Amino acid sequence: MSSSESTTFIGRLIKMGVVEGEALVSAEPIGFLGGVDGSTGVVTERGHPLEGQCVAGKVLVFPSGKGSTVGSYVLYQLATAGLAPAAIVNAESEPIVAVGAIISDIPMVDRVPVGAIHTGDHVRIEGDRVTVWGKRSGCISSEG
Amino acid sequence: MELTAEERQWLDGGGGPALKRAMEIVVALGTIYGAQNLIPVESVQISGVSYRNIGDAGLRFLRQWADEGAQVRVPTTLNPTAMDMARWEEQGFSADFADKQRQVVDAFAQMGVGEGTPLPTCTPYLIGNRPAQGTHVAWAESSAVVFANSVLGARTNREGGPGAIAAALTGRTGAYGLHRAENRLATLCVEVRAGLDTISDYSALGAIVGCQAGQAVSYLVGLPLDAADPLLEEKLKALGAAMAATGAVGLFHVAEVTPEARAGPMLAPTYEKLVIDDVVPGYASLSDDVESIDLVWIGCPHASLREIALVAEALRDRMVQVPLWVTCARPVRAIAVEQGLVSLIEAAGGRVFTDACMGIAPLRDLGFGTVATPSAKGAFYLRNLAHVAARFAPLEACIATAVAGDR
Repeated sequence: MSSSESTTFIGRLIKMGVVEGEALVSAEPIGFLGGVDGSTGVVTERGHPLEGQCVAGKVLVFPSGKGSTVGSYVLYQLATAGLAPAAIVNAESEPIVAVGAIISDIPMVDRVPVGAIHTGDHVRIEGDRVTVWGKRSGCISSEG
Repeated sequence: MELTAEERQWLDGGGGPALKRAMEIVVALGTIYGAQNLIPVESVQISGVSYRNIGDAGLRFLRQWADEGAQVRVPTTLNPTAMDMARWEEQGFSADFADKQRQVVDAFAQMGVGEGTPLPTCTPYLIGNRPAQGTHVAWAESSAVVFANSVLGARTNREGGPGAIAAALTGRTGAYGLHRAENRLATLCVEVRAGLDTISDYSALGAIVGCQAGQAVSYLVGLPLDAADPLLEEKLKALGAAMAATGAVGLFHVAEVTPEARAGPMLAPTYEKLVIDDVVPGYASLSDDVESIDLVWIGCPHASLREIALVAEALRDRMVQVPLWVTCARPVRAIAVEQGLVSLIEAAGGRVFTDACMGIAPLRDLGFGTVATPSAKGAFYLRNLAHVAARFAPLEACIATAVAGDR
């Protein structure tokens, strides 16, 4: 684990929880209904920056949700299968993801500058506090 | 957000796990929308009922919540299911699907929805859930929301799925949006110069206004409507439903007609203007170029007694060559039976089904790929949710299509 500096953001609490994990960051909104496969956790939306990647166990960071209110149940389906994100961090929450996080017991915070978090960063969520440990030198090793 | 002692206790788990989750949802939604506090609601309309839409994940969630002891605190009505709860086999649904859909409704019944006997419909205001002007409710289902706000003058936001259930369990919703008087003034003034005749014409008008309005509140002038019109409520219902489907409209006013507008113009200090000369584009925008029709569907939103009477009269002494289904709430059908309207429709080969919405049904699985409907909202969801081709046309044209077999 990198011992580089950490940054703590204080966001707005949507769903209380304490968890740590690796960030998976999207610059684009995520629509869970039709955009994420509820049985595998893989992002399926064509052309999405995270297409093909799996959200399971990640601290999923994205600007906001979008799409149908049934998307809340996709998050619930992931949770019952053990494939839910470890936590959700949004720039600005909307109801579908917020309700999905609550009914699935996924810790969630919004009003956090998602551009400051990068895929691979180590993140700790504690209530409304989001602490981010960036990767050393900002470089992701390309070896093996 | 400021909570009462009771609300705080519920949020902390003092009322049990089901109520705690409901409070978390209500508080989170209120927080997101900037509410300072919660308000009590007099009734709730719940959406997210079609098994086709919510799937096994949604069903599992509902059953878990019900088994945790979730109980509604206020009169609560339920959105349509995908199928007629009694005559699904006649519609072509499989026993497996029917079983799952029944389980969804049973979960809600267990929560006390509809006093234990839910009557699924998007027109709760036709079966006794009819809030008075100024009362606060928490309704889901966009066409019911816009009706409650606009035609009844009640106050509700566009609640959704689990949020509406949470409102029913807590009897609360956030004090934001259309619950606040200042948000009920129109920022769009629509001058209607087009000729309007049929209920469908109002639906077509709504389709055009909805696209332009987005979430804005509209104030409409120039409509040839008055209180003496026997189809006043049907026309307003169709107008609002279309606006709420093509846009995200929760409230509109009609000058001198709708309750809040009767007291004076409901215009915000600044507003945009829109002039509509013709509603024909509204029909065209929701019609696919199809050569034949598999099904004629009437009743989106669910048909009123007067609409069923119009269908019965139009079908008198005629026979349909194509399935023609009317959908409505169960109590409305019962009255229609008493009045001989259902026999007239069935004698012509048509059917009157209850509970169901064909827009949220697995139509292709039932063998339907092209559907004609006199409802803009219906056409919108047929294309975008049921993924079939649609033709939006006035009632008489739809009936003529059914009778001719549409070649």
